[in-house]
Amino acid sequence: MARKQPEKGFTFSRDMIAVSEEVPAILREHRSKAWQAYQDLPFPTMKDEAWRRTSLSNINFGAIQLPNGNLSAAIPKKISGRILSENLLSKRSTALLSPAGVEINQSAQLKKIGVVFSSLVEAAEKHPELIAKVLGQIVSPLDGKFAAVTSAFAEQGVFIYVPKGVDVEDPIFGITFTPWENTAHFFQTLIYLEEGSSLTYIQESLSPEKQTHPSLAGENVEIFVGKNARLKIAELQTYGDMVWSFGHKKALVERDGYLEWKIGALGSSLSKHFITVDLIGQGAEGRVSGAFFADQKQHLSYNTLQRHLAPRTTSDLLFKGALAGESRSVWRGMIYVAPGARHIDGYQANRNLLLNRDARSDSIPGLEILNNDVRCTHGSTVGKIDQEQLFYLLSRGIPRKEAEQLIIQGFFDDIFSRFSIPEVGERLWQSIKSRLAID
Amino acid sequence: MSVLLIKNLHVNVENTEILRGVDLTIKTGEVHAIMGPNGTGKSTLAYALMGHPKYEIIQGEATLDGKDLLNLDPNERSELGLFLAFQYPVAVPGVSVANFLRTAINARRKAQDPDDKGISIPDFRKKLKEQLALLDMDETFAGRYLNDGFSGGEKKRVEILQMATLEPKFSILDETDSGLDIDALKIVADGINTISKKDQGILVITHYQRILNYIEPDFVHVMLNGRIVESGGPELALRLEAEGYEWLREKHTV
Repeated sequence: MARKQPEKGFTFSRDMIAVSEEVPAILREHRSKAWQAYQDLPFPTMKDEAWRRTSLSNINFGAIQLPNGNLSAAIPKKISGRILSENLLSKRSTALLSPAGVEINQSAQLKKIGVVFSSLVEAAEKHPELIAKVLGQIVSPLDGKFAAVTSAFAEQGVFIYVPKGVDVEDPIFGITFTPWENTAHFFQTLIYLEEGSSLTYIQESLSPEKQTHPSLAGENVEIFVGKNARLKIAELQTYGDMVWSFGHKKALVERDGYLEWKIGALGSSLSKHFITVDLIGQGAEGRVSGAFFADQKQHLSYNTLQRHLAPRTTSDLLFKGALAGESRSVWRGMIYVAPGARHIDGYQANRNLLLNRDARSDSIPGLEILNNDVRCTHGSTVGKIDQEQLFYLLSRGIPRKEAEQLIIQGFFDDIFSRFSIPEVGERLWQSIKSRLAID
Repeated sequence: MSVLLIKNLHVNVENTEILRGVDLTIKTGEVHAIMGPNGTGKSTLAYALMGHPKYEIIQGEATLDGKDLLNLDPNERSELGLFLAFQYPVAVPGVSVANFLRTAINARRKAQDPDDKGISIPDFRKKLKEQLALLDMDETFAGRYLNDGFSGGEKKRVEILQMATLEPKFSILDETDSGLDIDALKIVADGINTISKKDQGILVITHYQRILNYIEPDFVHVMLNGRIVESGGPELALRLEAEGYEWLREKHTV
């Protein structure tokens, strides 16, 4: 078979990019550059190393259009997530992002302490000098076809800037909503923490649960954690089963900075996400943990990269997945240690639980160490529910289904229990549990 | 009164016959001990009665108050009132002792009454606290992952804690004394004695007479080569302690 992708590629053209006079210059430039990158980059195929186990050949990108005014399907006024419930969101600072725009709900306190929490467009108008520090600086449109298409066509995004020394005590929440069938929704999340500041940001991406036609969500996430700053970010994904989700996400962590990045993924038909942590200053620390659950024919794929670019940096990554039905996960991890980056502590692990014999999980750790004096370890496992554990629980009168649920809950516990808001971990588990009940 | 009846039970493990016709009747209120050297099938009896899938029933029957156990899933055997204290309790990382016990209690209640809403949190806490005290266990135990990183003695105590919580009719204690120092053994034995006063039948499987100083058996059985070859009172255990099993091997030409 000839390569199918080119003729099934996007039908977008340059005149569809929002670069009119009203658009702030910084966004116009970024989009134009991204369009050029988009033109230059080939569509990924399974011949590309990073895409080897993820096929796009069944996806008809040509059927996907950009959001336009004719798609007047109303976006609900109030949106809460499946995990970020209305209850959790009430009285919080929130961003609701959809193709219709961004609605920011900001506490008075947040404004008072000088935090910028706004839509990308508003930030580009009012604070172009801040946007210039992040946009396209961390995730480059050249990082990949989907990074480029997202940069070129994302008309909106969320921007958070925390000034020097400011501790944002209450977490900020975000919801991204991808509502329309046969439509692409591109968006960006930009977070910049100045020296000595701290923030917790929790975001859920969702779409309507039941749809008959596919839709596409493309997101770029660019994060900067300044010297001695602390960011805790949780990204939850509860898309319906018709969504193709592509993401390029990257964080830079400066000297003695701390990043805690949690990922919880349940939905989508296919997900392909690149997650990179660059530890660029001495003493920087990055901790990434992910929990994913898939069933039916879902395909979830993560390429994670921990780059130690300075001495005495620490990274720790743990991805755990449970796979039911005929689902499939792919994890490719890499720890890179630059020449001269000494006294490194790096860890990566991926553990998978196959709940069905038709489920499959590929787990491929990798190390590239151009240095001595480092401690880097990795682990990867793919297993089934342990029959001795199951018998033990059954022997206590716990019925099989519940016993299996208990084991799966236990499998994920070290990730769920570390959410800074316990209710988020609890609700994430409840969402998985309800899916387990159906399978 | 309830009766656990085992008749002519033959069990294979990986196509090898381990139990070759075991007969045993236990009534609630009775304490039975099965002694015997390693590899004679004592633990096989325990696992086969509880329904471990590795143990294949070839022949014979086992009933609890006339209900066939052998065609039931392990959880259904538990519902009928059978309990096994494991020789090697299984670690279930990520599942706390409290979460596990509450799930087990609620499963039990639901089996008895499908409309049951489960034990309330305060009731559960109270019950757990009492039972932890009974076994001289710290309350922080409740939050630890089940058997994960527990010492040998801690694991055995948690087995008895489960026995106390589930209130079975019949408990099989598979080498519960192994790996316990004398202080831990006393605590565990005291716990068992307190629980079994509530009209339970107990089957103690052991190598050594030692535990029987604390849990006094009404009946002692000796298993050799997959069969019970000798039964008697507590004096039989003392004779085995003094003389070993050789005289029985000769008597039964094993």
